[in-house]
Amino acid sequence: MSEPVRISAPLTDEIVGKLRAGDKVLISGVLYTARDAAHKRLIELLDAGKELPFDIKGQIIYYVGPTPERPGQVIGSAGPTTSGRMDAYTPRLIELGLKGMVGKGARSKEVLDSIRKHKAVYMAAVGGAAALIRRSIKKAEIVAYEDLGPEAIRRLEVVDFPAIVVNDAEGGDLFMQGVQKYRRVS
Amino acid sequence: MRQVSTKDITDKVRDLCISAACDLEPDMSTALRAAREKEESPLGKEVLGQIIENFEIAGAEGLPMCQDTGISVFFVELGRDVALDGPLYDAINDGVRLGYKDGYLRKSVCHPLKRINTGDNTPAIVHTSIVEGDKLKIKIAPKGAGSENMSRLKMLKPAEGVEGIKAFVVETVREAGGNPCPPIVLGVGIGGSFEKCAMLAKKALLRPVGTKNPDPDLVQLEADLLKMINDLGIGPMGFGGRTTALAVHIEAHPCHIASLPVAVNIQCHAGRHKEAVI
Repeated sequence: MSEPVRISAPLTDEIVGKLRAGDKVLISGVLYTARDAAHKRLIELLDAGKELPFDIKGQIIYYVGPTPERPGQVIGSAGPTTSGRMDAYTPRLIELGLKGMVGKGARSKEVLDSIRKHKAVYMAAVGGAAALIRRSIKKAEIVAYEDLGPEAIRRLEVVDFPAIVVNDAEGGDLFMQGVQKYRRVS
Repeated sequence: MRQVSTKDITDKVRDLCISAACDLEPDMSTALRAAREKEESPLGKEVLGQIIENFEIAGAEGLPMCQDTGISVFFVELGRDVALDGPLYDAINDGVRLGYKDGYLRKSVCHPLKRINTGDNTPAIVHTSIVEGDKLKIKIAPKGAGSENMSRLKMLKPAEGVEGIKAFVVETVREAGGNPCPPIVLGVGIGGSFEKCAMLAKKALLRPVGTKNPDPDLVQLEADLLKMINDLGIGPMGFGGRTTALAVHIEAHPCHIASLPVAVNIQCHAGRHKEAVI
């Protein structure tokens, strides 16, 4: 197993350009959390011609709804949720400058096309590894939609957040490549 | 008659909610460790390593192993010689309310259309059966949406037979890919009626992972399906590999001459279940 690539977030075109499907990465810097209900609200803001609650350019969105933190803790358990539920909203955010996403599971053709066209990257974290991933989150603050509870948008500061590149800007797709390699049926 | 207090039920349910979220049962952890030894894909091995490390941290620190602490599903066996001093379902819901609050578990239950969160993870889903004896057995199997959403039910034609069942089950897993957090355990319900086969599929997941159905024909089908599924190459988290499923558990029930219902309930690697007897 190759060594992980350390990257910083927000992302630049240069960082995105180096990442390839199958790379293990350790992300340090800022991630924004958002899931279904938050995405819906972001798109409604855009439809109404309003600004988003954070500058999305270069950012990575982490699809997560953490458990509540205990008193004195930064955050509760925080593993990735299924990314496909955000597919309907994602191309619009990528057009506005979103550079990376972290979740689990496969994306739609529209999202993959948008990733290639705008040079973005989709990464997966290990689903369910919520207590492990939590250790890389050093700070968390709610920036919007507090009423959504676990679905509120949070700004996370992370150090060595573990992920794996699934879809790179050149069209590489780990799900296709990995499954083909180990498939024993036609 | 034996008197059982609903307060005891509430206390037990509270504790079950918390321990199910944080402590993986030995059957699942043993199966995951065995899978890591056998996995040929280096990335798959790495993922299984992270999964194992994660449940070790969760158990040691009393943290939920997955942020999706699920909708609370219960299978209750109520002895016919038990006399309760109050309503059973209220006692269970009170326990869920306390467990999800005290355990700092995520409340994931909402109105299906308005999508407004009930705030305390109630109401729980409770399946009750009346059995002989004076005991009350409560099994909890909290279920996250990642794997539940990939589950399916189909009313096959009887002519489709075993081959039709295999094709449907394998196709369900193939289409689910990495979404349900493989390695998965597959619960398959065959026969009964529309609702019965869904119940059977879920009930099959309560068996300790890898235990076989007593019916030799079903044992063969379980083994065939497990091989077919692992030949798909989906692997841990869908990144490619040999371990897509740890086990296939089938439960069957007689059905109408014109029917062949089949349900597939997918369980993620965080196969959480606990039980208590009062």
